[in-house]
Amino acid sequence: MSSSSRYQLADGADPVGPPTLRIAHPRNEEAVGLIQASEIGKTYRKGGREIPVLRGASVNVVDGEFVAIVGQSGSGKSTLLHLLGTLDTPDAGTIHYDGARIDSLPSQERDRLRNQAFGMVFQFYHLLPELSTLENVILPSMISRGVMSYWWGRGELESRGMQMLEMVGLAHRRTHRPRELSGGEMQRAAIARALMNQPRLLLADEPTGNLDAQTGAGVMEMLCSLKERQGLTIVMVTHDPHIARQADRVVRLTEGRVTDV
Amino acid sequence: MYRMLLCLRYLRTRYIALASIISVTLGVATMIVVNSVMAGFQQEMYQRLRGILADVLIESHSMEGIENPDAVLAEVRNVLGEDLAGVTTNVHVPAMVSFRLGDQWQIRQVNLVGIEPETYSNVGDFGQYLLHAENRHKMKFDLRDGGYDERMNGRLDEAGWTHRRNRVVFDRAWQQEQVLRGAEAADVDGADASGDAQDPGTVAEPGEDTEVATADTSVTLTQTVTDETVDPFGTAADLRAENVFDPLQQIHTGIVLGIGVVSVRQRDTSTGQAKDFFLCRPGDDVKVTLPSAGAKPKPVHCNFTVVDVYESKMSEYDSNFAFMPLTELQALRWYPGAKNVTSIQIKLRPEANLAVACQKLREHFPVDIFRYRIETWRELQGPLFAAVRMETNLLNILLFLIIAVAGFGILATFFMIVVEKTRDIGILKSLGASSRGVLSIFLSYGLCLGAVGSGAGMVLGLLFVANINRIAALIEALTGHEVFDQTVYYFQEIPTIVYASTVSWIVFGAVLIALLASVLPALRAARLNPVEALRYE
Repeated sequence: MSSSSRYQLADGADPVGPPTLRIAHPRNEEAVGLIQASEIGKTYRKGGREIPVLRGASVNVVDGEFVAIVGQSGSGKSTLLHLLGTLDTPDAGTIHYDGARIDSLPSQERDRLRNQAFGMVFQFYHLLPELSTLENVILPSMISRGVMSYWWGRGELESRGMQMLEMVGLAHRRTHRPRELSGGEMQRAAIARALMNQPRLLLADEPTGNLDAQTGAGVMEMLCSLKERQGLTIVMVTHDPHIARQADRVVRLTEGRVTDV
Repeated sequence: MYRMLLCLRYLRTRYIALASIISVTLGVATMIVVNSVMAGFQQEMYQRLRGILADVLIESHSMEGIENPDAVLAEVRNVLGEDLAGVTTNVHVPAMVSFRLGDQWQIRQVNLVGIEPETYSNVGDFGQYLLHAENRHKMKFDLRDGGYDERMNGRLDEAGWTHRRNRVVFDRAWQQEQVLRGAEAADVDGADASGDAQDPGTVAEPGEDTEVATADTSVTLTQTVTDETVDPFGTAADLRAENVFDPLQQIHTGIVLGIGVVSVRQRDTSTGQAKDFFLCRPGDDVKVTLPSAGAKPKPVHCNFTVVDVYESKMSEYDSNFAFMPLTELQALRWYPGAKNVTSIQIKLRPEANLAVACQKLREHFPVDIFRYRIETWRELQGPLFAAVRMETNLLNILLFLIIAVAGFGILATFFMIVVEKTRDIGILKSLGASSRGVLSIFLSYGLCLGAVGSGAGMVLGLLFVANINRIAALIEALTGHEVFDQTVYYFQEIPTIVYASTVSWIVFGAVLIALLASVLPALRAARLNPVEALRYE
């Protein structure tokens, strides 16, 4: 099975179906790495000055692994996560997902990848204030569907969304607007949204950064159980060593380079 | 799907955007109202001009006019053939109408038109503008018993034969009293004495002497005779005793005067309503002075009895025209039995081509031989129509600028919304929304706003138009200022016409402007870098 066809399979998998329908990946491919970033360089321009953020950072995350990226503020950990999530393109280096190079894909392909294969969770939850909790959760499926196909499949999508909400314990909040939820609830809704399209990779940017210790622990527990029970691959950025300790592996970024694995 | 959902959600939750489209709403409403009113005025004017003017007019400005109208008519019939629907001949002469009001002679300059009552109605709506219902049905230069008041709301109760008889009886009694009272008045002309003795307060109810022709030496068609009491010398009465004119039983030649000639439209001081104050009514006698045809025109005087009043509601016509029987005018202008006319009015079949018919006539009557002026009614009123059209266009441009200004309002508001939504745009992109998707959210948002704004404007404008007269009355009642001055136009209320095509163009234009205004902000939203957008707090 070639790498590109595996990517196609994962991409084409029915996002609505129950989790058990996911394509199972042979254990012997784990070592290859689900997502691989090698020698990434990224420079930002600010007022005519060039600020190098990443200087040849490499990271390899295998399928089903929970990796935490830690580092000081400005060490480039968020930038690395955005690059992994194809929200931005690196100036140097390559990123491979499931064996296929993704950093040079055309923007439509990257949009599709973000929609189908990646789930993202942010520090500030980033729920849309105009939509109810359930609508926020279903949003990724709405994005991938047209009006007609959404309309025909809306029952199915809604039950899937409810399933996600039940999983994060927010079923009773489905009609509430994000501003009516607490921080922990919002982050759980954001996780439900990230999992809506059954991604293989969850990218979390400081998911506990805005929560108190107890709520943050709850969120971490949830991430760990997702990894354990569903075999989800998770890349998490955090500055908190206590949080990072719960991951399988910690990658430390210092001045744009991976210094400690 | 998310595009539609978000677009609708934004529509429902962003009230600031709704505020920004109020200007579009108002602009659309204003444009609909203005266009409807302008179209109403134009239509009203069009109809009135149309009613007054025939399709094609052949005019001769020579002193003798068209001397052989029957031959010309035969040729016109020949040339136009099937297209001809009606034809009539007229004589137009500038003249002076005078009538007595109290002790004063009121003088008005008029365009005296000799018409054939039987055929004149064939070429235009002349008959429809007469005040008496029977005259509207079939025009006759006869005085009716009454019934002139139908359109005048009590201002013309006193008119017709009853009015004439009352007047004559009153005048005679008044004069008799003057004779009895003062012998000193014996050597003064009775008519003048009656006038002089009148109380100035009775001006509004003119105590005019119907036997105004007493001392008159003018050429008269109807024999006018003096009354013994009026003419103390009785000479005229003796001479023409066998043919005494009895104003109680007889009238002079009938004349129809424009309402602007016989009345003054003024505000009633007690009610503030515009009303016509009649200085001269059907049943009263008037004098007409016109120039006779000849190398040296001489004034010709003649007495007439007003038999009806003409109200086309075009003040230009209403205050300038007087109509009388054609043969009588031909006799006065040229000689009794003359056939000369100054204009031939031609009505074509509705489907006939006006310009082509006119061209045919022009070719048939070349101007270097016949010296006729042949014109369609449009050409005659061309400058007026052009002026109205220009006014409408100018107003539309100005009003559309208002909507364009509203468009900039939308642009600014949209930029604000895009800035406010920067983070959300980043989220959408991180969830896999494409730039085109984000673009289309904001474009369809602009489209929806434009549609909502101009839809509301359309409803508002149409409601306003439907109730414009009630609204005008309300504003009048609230402010005490008259919105629609009835003395300016002879309209009772504001005329309006709504053309579906105009309304749809306005709405389409407004929606387009809203859409265009959202293009720039939408592009900006689409180009947002998701990383920057997500970092935005």
